[in-house]
Amino acid sequence: MAETLNGSPKDRRAEMETNGFLGLIVNGVAHRLDVPPGKRLTRVLREDLGLTGTKVGCDAGDCGACTVLLDDRQVCACLVPVGQAEGRSVRTVEGLADGARLNRLQEAFWKHGAAQCGICTPGMLMAGMELLERTARPTRDQAMDALGGVLCRCTGYQKIVEAMLDAAGNGPAPPVDTLPDGGMGARVARLDGRAKLDGTERYGADHWPADCLHLRVVRSPYAHATFEIGDLAPVHARFPGLHRILTAKDIPGVNGFGIYPDIKDQPVLAPGRVLYRGDAVLALLGDRETIDGLTDEDLPITWTEKPAVLDIDTALDPASPPLHDRLTEHNVLIRGRVRAGEAEEALGICAAAADTRFDTPFVEHGYIEPEAGYAVRVGDRVHVYACTQAPYMDLDEVANVLGFDKGRVRIVPTACGGGFGGKLDVSLQPILAVAAWLTDRPVRYVYDRPESMRASTKRHPARIDARLGADADGRLKALRLHADFDTGAYASWGPTVAGRVPVHATGPYRVENVLATSAAIHTNQCPSGAFRGFGVPQSALATEGLMDDLAARLGIDPLEFRLRNALRPGDRTATGQVLERSVGMAACLEAVAPRWKDWRADAQAANAAARVAGSPMRRGVGVGCMWYGCGNTSMSNPSHMRVTVDAAGRVTLYNGAVDIGQGTYTIMPQVCAETLGVPVSTLAQVTGDTDATLDAGKTSASRQTFVSGRAVKEASLALLAEIRRRANAGPAAVIRFEEGAILAVEDGVEKRIDLSGLPVGADGAVLEGIASFDPPTTPLDADGQGTPYATYGFAAQIAEVVVDIDLGTVKPLRILAAHDVGRAVNPTMVEGQIHGGVAQGLGLALMEEYLPGRTENLHDYLIPTFGDMPEIECLLIEDEEPEGPYGAKGIGEPALVPTAPAILGAIRHATGAVVRRVPALPHRVLTAIREADAEAASR
Amino acid sequence: MTATSYLRPRDLTAALDALAGAPMTVLSGGTDHFPARVGPRPPEAVLDIGGIDALRGIEETVAGHRLGARTTWMDVIEADLPPHFDALKQAAREVGGMQIQNRGTLGGNLCNASPAADGTPCLLAADAMVVLASARGERRLPLADFQAGYRATARRPDELLTAIEVPKPAVGSARSCFLKLGARHYLVISIAMVAATLEVTPDGTVAAARIAVGACSATARRLPALEAALAGRPVAPGLGGVVVPDYLDDLSPIDDVRASADYRRHAAGVLIARALECLATAGKGA
Repeated sequence: MAETLNGSPKDRRAEMETNGFLGLIVNGVAHRLDVPPGKRLTRVLREDLGLTGTKVGCDAGDCGACTVLLDDRQVCACLVPVGQAEGRSVRTVEGLADGARLNRLQEAFWKHGAAQCGICTPGMLMAGMELLERTARPTRDQAMDALGGVLCRCTGYQKIVEAMLDAAGNGPAPPVDTLPDGGMGARVARLDGRAKLDGTERYGADHWPADCLHLRVVRSPYAHATFEIGDLAPVHARFPGLHRILTAKDIPGVNGFGIYPDIKDQPVLAPGRVLYRGDAVLALLGDRETIDGLTDEDLPITWTEKPAVLDIDTALDPASPPLHDRLTEHNVLIRGRVRAGEAEEALGICAAAADTRFDTPFVEHGYIEPEAGYAVRVGDRVHVYACTQAPYMDLDEVANVLGFDKGRVRIVPTACGGGFGGKLDVSLQPILAVAAWLTDRPVRYVYDRPESMRASTKRHPARIDARLGADADGRLKALRLHADFDTGAYASWGPTVAGRVPVHATGPYRVENVLATSAAIHTNQCPSGAFRGFGVPQSALATEGLMDDLAARLGIDPLEFRLRNALRPGDRTATGQVLERSVGMAACLEAVAPRWKDWRADAQAANAAARVAGSPMRRGVGVGCMWYGCGNTSMSNPSHMRVTVDAAGRVTLYNGAVDIGQGTYTIMPQVCAETLGVPVSTLAQVTGDTDATLDAGKTSASRQTFVSGRAVKEASLALLAEIRRRANAGPAAVIRFEEGAILAVEDGVEKRIDLSGLPVGADGAVLEGIASFDPPTTPLDADGQGTPYATYGFAAQIAEVVVDIDLGTVKPLRILAAHDVGRAVNPTMVEGQIHGGVAQGLGLALMEEYLPGRTENLHDYLIPTFGDMPEIECLLIEDEEPEGPYGAKGIGEPALVPTAPAILGAIRHATGAVVRRVPALPHRVLTAIREADAEAASR
Repeated sequence: MTATSYLRPRDLTAALDALAGAPMTVLSGGTDHFPARVGPRPPEAVLDIGGIDALRGIEETVAGHRLGARTTWMDVIEADLPPHFDALKQAAREVGGMQIQNRGTLGGNLCNASPAADGTPCLLAADAMVVLASARGERRLPLADFQAGYRATARRPDELLTAIEVPKPAVGSARSCFLKLGARHYLVISIAMVAATLEVTPDGTVAAARIAVGACSATARRLPALEAALAGRPVAPGLGGVVVPDYLDDLSPIDDVRASADYRRHAAGVLIARALECLATAGKGA
C-alpha cells in the first residue's frame, strides 16, 4: 500500500532487487509502494493507489485507454513495468482538474460533446495534454497524430478533434446554446459529464469490495466438444490461494440464460458439452495472484473434440450434428417472413431487374470497456454491480439462474463503457451472482480483451440473395429477398434479427410486391446477438447495392431513383402498415441533393484530371438510405418512469433508462424539464439501480428517446396533474416550483402547496408522478402483416471516397448525413450519435471482420482510428412524430445503417467496381476493380 | 535465479552476468512483452534492461551511426539524422501511436522478430549491422543474418542486442523512403511495407540500391536482383518502371486475415515503384 516517500527515489534505482519498496511520483505526490517491479503501471495506479481514472481496455497497447504521461510523454500504462517508472513523474487524469475546476481541455471536451461513454476519455485527455504542453497552436494533423493512439468507439472522433483544437486556441468554440433552461432542443452538455472528465466515473472494473474473491471462467478452446472434469483436489493442493472451483452442478437454479423467455439455451457453465470456442466450462475463485497465474493447462479437463459446424451450409446439411435438440428444423433457430402482393409474378414483368448475393462477416462491438463487475450477498438477496444495457433483463436472468424470486436480486448498473448491443445479453452477471451466493463473499470478475471478444456476441454474419425489379419509369415493383444469418451457438437475439430484417427488407421505398424471408441458423461459432441495427445494416448493404444496379440499368441518377421511390406519408409498407406521420425520407434526400450534384461533378472532374496525369487516385460519391423501426418488433416494450418532489421542492427524476454513452441521463432530464417548465439544472436524478428506479426497458432498438422519453413526459404530466389536483387548480394552471412550496397560478390567482405539510415517502418524496408508455404496435401474421413499429427513423447519407486503383485502398473523404429524428432533443448528442454510427458503418464497410480464434484482440481486429474518419456534416430533419416526446424518435441505430452502402456506392462511382462482400479490404477492392475493368473491356 | 526473478540492472555488465547464469526473458520498452502476456500466465524470470541508460541514444561514429538498442522510435523521430535515415524516421512515425513510439525500442523491435516489424525493412535497406554482447564478448552480424526465420533470431540465450550500426553511404549521398500499407490509418499492422535506399553519385545515377520488403515473407528481406537492376540507372522520374514482377520472386507472402498472398506480392511491387519514384522526383522521402 502507498506510503509517503522518504529520501531520493534515485537511491533505489541503483539497486537490482526483485522486490521491495519502490518510489513513484504520481500527480506530484510521492508514494512508496511495496509492489513487484514487473507489475503493469495500470494495475499499480488502479489497485495500489486507487486511481481508477486510468482505464484498461486491452492490456496490449492497442486501445490507448490507459494513456498517462511518464515524464510528460504519453505512454500506455499497461505496457510500463512499474519498476521503469520508479522515481519518475507519472501524471493521470485525476491530476488535470484544479480542485472542482476542470482544465481547459476537459472543459472543451465537455462543451463539445467529445465524451460519450467516457471510457476512452482519460486516455484521450492525457494524450491531448502532451500535445498542448509541447506544441503551441497545433494543427488538425498534429492533433490527430497526438491522439491517434487512442481508440474511441462512440464518437467517430470528430468532436474530440474539435474539442482538442478549441482548447489549443486553434479551432472554433462549440455552437452556442440559445436555450438556457435546457429543455427540448437545447445543446445541454451531458449532465453526467464531469465524472467522465475528471476520472471519478466508476465503470464495471473501477470499484470492488476490499475483501472480494476474484473469479475467472475457464472457456472452451474448441468449437464443439464434450469434456470431463477430473479430480480437483490436487489443483487446490497446488494452489492454496484457490478458494473454490464452480462447475455446472453448482448452479442453484436454471443453468441457462437467453434473451427470449422460452429459450434459456446458453449455460452459465456448460454441463459436459461445449458449443463454441469461448463457452464457459468452470469458474475459478480465489485471490487475484492465484487466479492470474493459474492457466487452463493446470486443470484436469479431458476434452473430446467433436465435428464442428462452422458455416451455414454445413449447418443446414442434414448430415451435420444437430446443435440443439429442441429445434423442429435441423439447426434452424427460427425463420422470418413478410409477404405482400405477388413478388415472383411481378418480377417476371419488370422492365429492369437486378440480382445480388451479398456476404457480411461477424462484427465485434469493440466497446473499449471489457465486461466487468462484482456481486455481493446481502442477507437472502444478491446485489450485482456490472456494466449493462438492460438492468431489468439482467435481474430476470440472475433470479432464474439462482432460482430466486425476482425481489431477491438487485442490479446496479455501473457506468457503461460502450455497449452497442453487446451488453444487452448477460455476460458475467449470472456467474458472479452464483459465486457470491455460494461463498457468501463478494466476488469480482473482469474480462480481459481476448475473453471479451471470444465470449461475447457478435453482429450476425449474413448471406443475402435478392432480386429487385422496377418498371420503365423507375418505379420499384417487386422485391424477393432471402437472408440466412449465422446465429452461432446460442439463440441470443437471433429471433429478433430474423424478424426485423424481412420487415425492413424493402428499405425506405414503396414496393408493392414483396417476398422477404430470413433464417437464423445455428453453428458452432460465437453467439450472434444484438449489434446496432439487428441485421438491417446487412440487408441494407444488399438492397442499396441493388438500387445502384437498377439506377444504372435504367439510366437514372442513383439519388433521383431513390427519391422517386421514397416512402411518403400515406404509403403502405410491405407489412401493410400505412405510414401517416413523420415520414422524412424524401426530406432527407432533398436535403443532400444539392451537395450530391456538386460532389459527383467534382469527382468526375478530378478523375478526368487524374487520368491525364497518370494518377491512380479516383474519387467517387455514393448514397445510402435507410428506415428503421424504433422499439421492439410487434412486441410490448413499455417504459416506466417516476418523477417526484421532496419537501424542499426539489424535483427528482428516477431514470431507469441506462445511459451507455448515448445520453439518456441528459435526454430524459431535458424532456422532464421541458414538461415541468423548470431549468434542467435544477433537477436531481436517480439512475439505473433496480431497487430505486422502475423498469424503463433495455437501452436498445433506438427506443429510449422515443419510448422512455415519452414515459418521462407522461410521468411529468402526471406529477403536474397531481399538483393541480392538490391545489384544486384547473388544467391551464401554470405550475411553479419554489423552495419548500409549489405554486399553481390560474387566472391571476395563486394557489400554494406547502410541501412541508405533506406526508413524506420512503425516499423523501412528498409528491410523485408515475407513468408508462408502450409504443402502439400489433402482432404480425404468418405473412408478416401488421404494425410492427409505432414509428420509423429515416436517413440518407452521401459519402465521397478516394480509391487507389493500383492498391485497392479506400479513403472516405467526407460524409453528409441527413437524418429525420422527429425532433432533436439535444442536437449535440444527436450529432454525436450520427458521428459514431458513421464510424461503425465505415468499419463495417472497410475493415471489420471477426474471425474466432484469429482476431481476438484490437490489433488483429481493426476498428476505425482518428485517421480513418472523413469529415462528417449532419443535417437534422425534424418531421415530428406524434407518439414521441415533443415529436422525437430514435437515432442510435439509424446513424449506422446508411454509411456502408454509401461507401460501397462511392467505390462503384469511383472505379466501376461492385463490392458484394464486406469488409472491402484492399485485396477485395482490387479484385473487384479488375473484374469491372475486364467487364468494361469485353463490352 | 527463480522463476519469479525480476532483475533491473543499471549497467550492461550486470545484465550480461545475469544472462550468463540462466536464460531470462528480456524486457526493454515493454511494447511487445506485455501484449504477449494478456490473460492467465505462470510467473517467469525477467531481465528488465530499462534502467541501462548506456544502451539508449544515437551517436555518430567514423563509420556511420551507432543506435543503442534501447533507442526509442521517438528518439529516432526527434534526432537530427542524414537523409538515409528518412525511411527509419517515417517508419517510426507509423509505429503504433505516440504511446508506442515513446516506449518501443529499436532493439526490441528486431529481437521480437515479427515479420511485420516496422524497423526491419528500413534497417535492412540501411545495410545495418547488429551488435550482440554477452559475458563472453561481443560479435557483429549483418541484420539479414540476425533474422533466423519467422519470429526467430540468431541471438543466443546469454546475449543481449546492444546496438545497431548503420554505415555511411559509400559514395555521394544516400536518400531513403518507407511506405507502409494497411487497412487503417493509425495503429496498423502492415499488409506490406517497403523501404528503399538509393546511394546516388554526384552525377545523379544510382551507385547502390537497397530495397527491403516487410510482411511479405517469414522475415523482411532485400531484393538483390532488383537492386542490381537499379544500379547505374539515372535517378530520374520513371525509375519506378524498373520494377517488374520477376523481381518479387524472392518474396513468399501468405494469405491471412489482412490480405491474400497474391495481393501482398502485387502491393509490394506497387509500393517499391512508388518509393523509387518518390526518391527520384523529390530527392528525398515522401
